[in-house]
Amino acid sequence: MEFGLSEDQRMLQDSLGKLLEKCAPLDHVREIADQSKAYSATVWQALGELGVAGILVPEEHGGMGQTLLDAALIAEALGHHVAPSPFVASCVMAPIALVEAGSPSQQAKYLPPLAAGEIIAGVALSEAASGVRDKAGVTASNGRLNGKALFVIDYGDADIFIIGDTGGGLHLVAGDAPGLTKIALTSIDATRSLGELQFENVEAETLTGGDAAKARRRMIDAARIMLAADTLGAGSRMIAKAVDYAGERKQFGRVIGSFQAVKHMCAEMASELEPCRSLIWYAAHSHDAMPEETSLMAAHAKSLTTDVGRFVARTATEVHGGMGFTDLLGLHFWFKRIGLNRQLLGSPERLRQEAAQMQGWVAA
Amino acid sequence: MDLAYGPEYEAFREEVRGFISTHGDKAPQRFGVARPSDELIAWQKLLIEHGLTARTIPKQYGGYGAEPDILKSRIIAEEFTKAGLPSGIANQGISMFVPTLLELGTEAQKQEWISRTLHGEVIWCQGYSEPGSGSDLASLQTKATEDGDDFIINGQKIWTSTAASADWIFCLVRTEPDKPKHAGISYLIFSMKTPGIEVRPLKTMTGHAEFNEVFFTDVRVPKSQIVAGRGQGWFVANATLKHERGMLGDPNQAGTRLKQIIDLMHEEMLDGERLIDNPLFRDRLTQLQSRVLAMQFHGLRLLTASLKGEDPGIARLIVKLQGCEINHQLAALAIDALGEIGVLYGDSPHLRAHGSWQHRYMFDLGLIIGGGTAQIQKNIIAERGLGMPREPKVAKA
Repeated sequence: MEFGLSEDQRMLQDSLGKLLEKCAPLDHVREIADQSKAYSATVWQALGELGVAGILVPEEHGGMGQTLLDAALIAEALGHHVAPSPFVASCVMAPIALVEAGSPSQQAKYLPPLAAGEIIAGVALSEAASGVRDKAGVTASNGRLNGKALFVIDYGDADIFIIGDTGGGLHLVAGDAPGLTKIALTSIDATRSLGELQFENVEAETLTGGDAAKARRRMIDAARIMLAADTLGAGSRMIAKAVDYAGERKQFGRVIGSFQAVKHMCAEMASELEPCRSLIWYAAHSHDAMPEETSLMAAHAKSLTTDVGRFVARTATEVHGGMGFTDLLGLHFWFKRIGLNRQLLGSPERLRQEAAQMQGWVAA
Repeated sequence: MDLAYGPEYEAFREEVRGFISTHGDKAPQRFGVARPSDELIAWQKLLIEHGLTARTIPKQYGGYGAEPDILKSRIIAEEFTKAGLPSGIANQGISMFVPTLLELGTEAQKQEWISRTLHGEVIWCQGYSEPGSGSDLASLQTKATEDGDDFIINGQKIWTSTAASADWIFCLVRTEPDKPKHAGISYLIFSMKTPGIEVRPLKTMTGHAEFNEVFFTDVRVPKSQIVAGRGQGWFVANATLKHERGMLGDPNQAGTRLKQIIDLMHEEMLDGERLIDNPLFRDRLTQLQSRVLAMQFHGLRLLTASLKGEDPGIARLIVKLQGCEINHQLAALAIDALGEIGVLYGDSPHLRAHGSWQHRYMFDLGLIIGGGTAQIQKNIIAERGLGMPREPKVAKA
């Protein structure tokens, strides 16, 4: 019985932390945001050297073959450093799609370059995970896609896209396929790239090697756990920043952190966020060890963590007073990262409704 | 990550289940009253003999004498909870005084008290809080003045649960009034039958007297009845409080409560619909389920840390605050879902679950305040967990 991280996992956390500290300082994040770049090539390359791109890709396809808990630790570190890098779609959802539903030849063709970080995959599953808005939806027939997909994750500069259609299937489309129109979406979070894809008779490669419905379920569950972990990392960084600031800023002749009003805000943030870590670990572990529990645990982990994340984001900003509200301090990068995680692939209310359905508390 | 207990522990679990199926019918149905019934005392004895309670307390002090094994303790707790059986006598003597004596008592004190306390022969109460000393416990004023071989005690204690039925008290008193407040306290034990002690029941908002006030007027206690040395009381008390805080905010209690509410919301009808069909109540239920699950897994994380001998830091400091709050919110949800029925109390017609949801809702507030208020918990989390600065001392006028 051991509910905790292994020595290897702690080393992974440690080396990721050091790496991101070096290659993704706030100035660099700001630079990427100001230039509206899809991601930082420097950060992506540095992560690639650690094997992040192939973390979930089986070893026979050139990856690390690690567990979703390892991926969750990476997501946490990326959130901690508001790292402008692809991850959730390209390193988590796409490999799961190919492993679960790709044919052997599709796996052999796409998994090695994904694992090496040579190609980036965007994923379009928003409609399946959080519902249909603005008439979105992609239909597939005779190997051709039509319609549109919103909120495509790791959209910018993606070489391939994996698309969920309205019939439960999964398809792979080249980033430069004829008939594909790409429209960037501008969100509050400038550290990650979102887009819309419009299809007009676009040639697609259907994933034919397994149960696509099951693959979609596992992709969404995994992505939700990653978004929760990202918020955990971003939230814990905001708490650390609030504590530091409260220990330096003086008013009325005292550091403001010695006032209980401020101290209690920090204690509340920490005591709300810390249990989320345990829930995320369990949810991530279940993806490999107890897959029948994952959908429920992923819904709980994301709804709770992103609710707590909202509380932490605003409270930590308030602890910083007027400075927290400025662009100068850059605290807003974390605030916005947490904001995007909350809405993407199912907001808390929707996730709780799903959790109730899964437990038979309400007709699905 | 490995959530399996492994063959040795699964075999142990089978042993515990075997005990439960053989002896489960001997368990008393009513428990939780201040003075253990003969039935409960017999049950306690049986549990000790089988190593199912007082497990790690040495044999020479009346325990079972097993090596400490957190997983085995957890398995016992899990199986007893599952079977709905009392896991023996639960009182402050066993949970707080016995561990304190084991850590800091003399050999003679251990011999005299531990076995009798474990077997329910001696019931203890705790004399810590005073009307003027709650969160600032170290400011306590009950004084013990020297008179030959005795101390003469005068003062008042409050929030003394079980004082009315207790045989003995472990009590913090000021023996060195000239020393700084933390250094002037001693930990004394004495019989509640000593002349000069008056116990008055303290009725709380629940309508019941779950606590008492205890008044001391010239109570004579031999100096030998001290645990650790003179002026060591604050140190002893902290060793004891550590044991208390571990008990408050237990996530498994929240799990049981959550299950009861899920059942309630499936059974209760409103306007011909089940409560679970109401989307607002269902959302609150699911929200609380997330929090209960998080705290249960959090408990596994803390368990693993203690198995490895690691300090889980802030993760441990939040348990009382979070656990008590979640329990309180669960009771609040049950009351709200029951609507007007939810306010019924006492022996009213239409009452549900013997009025226990209202009772718990009110009593939980006592737990949020007691054992270190939520605000004191937040100070501890901020100062010890996050390393934030302490409140500056107010200059003496």
